[in-house]
Amino acid sequence: MIEVSGLHKSFGRNTVLKGIDLVLPAGNVTAVLGPNGSGKTTLLKSILGMVLPDKGDIRVLGRSIHHQWEYRQAIGYLPQIARFPENLTVQELIRMVMDLRRQRADEGPLLALFDLEHFLKKRLRYLSGGTRQKINVMLAFLFDHQIMILDEPTAGLDPLAVLHLKELIRNERQKGKTICLTTHILPLVDDIADRVVYLLEGNVYFEGTIGQLKEKYKGGNTESAIGRMLQPEKYD
Amino acid sequence: MIKILKYSFFDLIRSKWSLIYFLFYLAVTFGLLYMSSDSSKAFLSLSNIVLLITPLTGTLFGALYYYNSKEFNELLLALPIRRSAIFIGRYLGLSLSLSLSFLAGVCIPFLFYGFQKAIGPGGFALFLMTGVMLTLIFSAISFLIALKNDNTIKGFGICLLVWLFLSILFDGIFLILLVYFERYPLDKLALALTLLNPIDLSRIIMTLQMDISALLGYTGAVFRRFFGSASGIIYASLALMFWIAVPVWLILIISRRKDF
Repeated sequence: MIEVSGLHKSFGRNTVLKGIDLVLPAGNVTAVLGPNGSGKTTLLKSILGMVLPDKGDIRVLGRSIHHQWEYRQAIGYLPQIARFPENLTVQELIRMVMDLRRQRADEGPLLALFDLEHFLKKRLRYLSGGTRQKINVMLAFLFDHQIMILDEPTAGLDPLAVLHLKELIRNERQKGKTICLTTHILPLVDDIADRVVYLLEGNVYFEGTIGQLKEKYKGGNTESAIGRMLQPEKYD
Repeated sequence: MIKILKYSFFDLIRSKWSLIYFLFYLAVTFGLLYMSSDSSKAFLSLSNIVLLITPLTGTLFGALYYYNSKEFNELLLALPIRRSAIFIGRYLGLSLSLSLSFLAGVCIPFLFYGFQKAIGPGGFALFLMTGVMLTLIFSAISFLIALKNDNTIKGFGICLLVWLFLSILFDGIFLILLVYFERYPLDKLALALTLLNPIDLSRIIMTLQMDISALLGYTGAVFRRFFGSASGIIYASLALMFWIAVPVWLILIISRRKDF
């Protein structure tokens, strides 16, 4: 579980988060939605400790993360863009992440799932963007993390890999994990998310289950519900 | 930190730029030793090249490496590792791989030709140490500048300006000051100014140990008069260590407060 309270963050004169209060419960997939620049990535990066909040508190698994780093042992993160040390091979990268996390895991099933076995000995600089993204996904799901943070997880993946990814996310939810993702692809939200957080100009505009969202804004799916939420005059 | 260092080092040592840098020093050193009959002259030319090129490569590689691996930094920052371990580890990985290219490139030709009478093993070791220190200093400075500036063009610009200032402009300004205030006793001012420039300090270390008075220059002469050759080298080396410590300390402070 992740609890965010009164989170403020500005970059220079640009105020990105204006007092965010949120709870991301365990055993749920929460989709953080919002237009570009609404603060989604800043929120995720604050949870990861990459962005340091100006005000407010974030608690991961019940403990405040202020000036902490050990808590990241419990978090798996899938960044938006996958870039790795160019001259390492895929195998060396996997060993490196295990080594740095001080955790062992069996990469075999995930390598097979994403058809990555024959890339193991290749240097990362020679791999295509899509293949790197698959490796990125594999690294995020390799360990048994309590919390998964996925920033635009489907970006750059081929349709089959997206199917596998959704399967992985569902499996993790079944295990009772806290999963938080950002995306602009609303059908994906309908497909796998339980809850929606809609950020607008640094505030939480809506927070609740998908059912509550559809009911409140009378949409058949997430897409139309959000359309009605943002531009009621146009969709009524 | 050791683990980050290890992986950064292995990544970099396999890049083609490390190889090019190594081959550059190999070719230059072989060429100088082969072509000049007087080994002390060859060594002197090599010193001048090291004083110019080592800071420049440290500067360029430091910034290039940081900007090139920004997204990878993000991946590391999301792992359960201290920020200080990430950035110091990466900096050390970079400066050690550069140092290794430099050391191997210079040492291999000397193994073929022997040390010869001009320097001797002690002097040669000191020369190598100075080159490594310059690498450590300038890669720290440019790493720091890149860390502070997210804008790549601006970061590179500042890095190059710092290099240009310390390796070329500084001497000119120094000379103007000396000429302008020639009626006053300037020894202490000159000494203080020298401490402000790591390239000057390195030059002094190299010329003091070769004991070629004609090439000491004004600051070198002041250094020798003040400290004598041996302790002059020690004081200059201490000042160089200070030049490593300060940027590394600033890297620590800035990385702790920065948003990524």
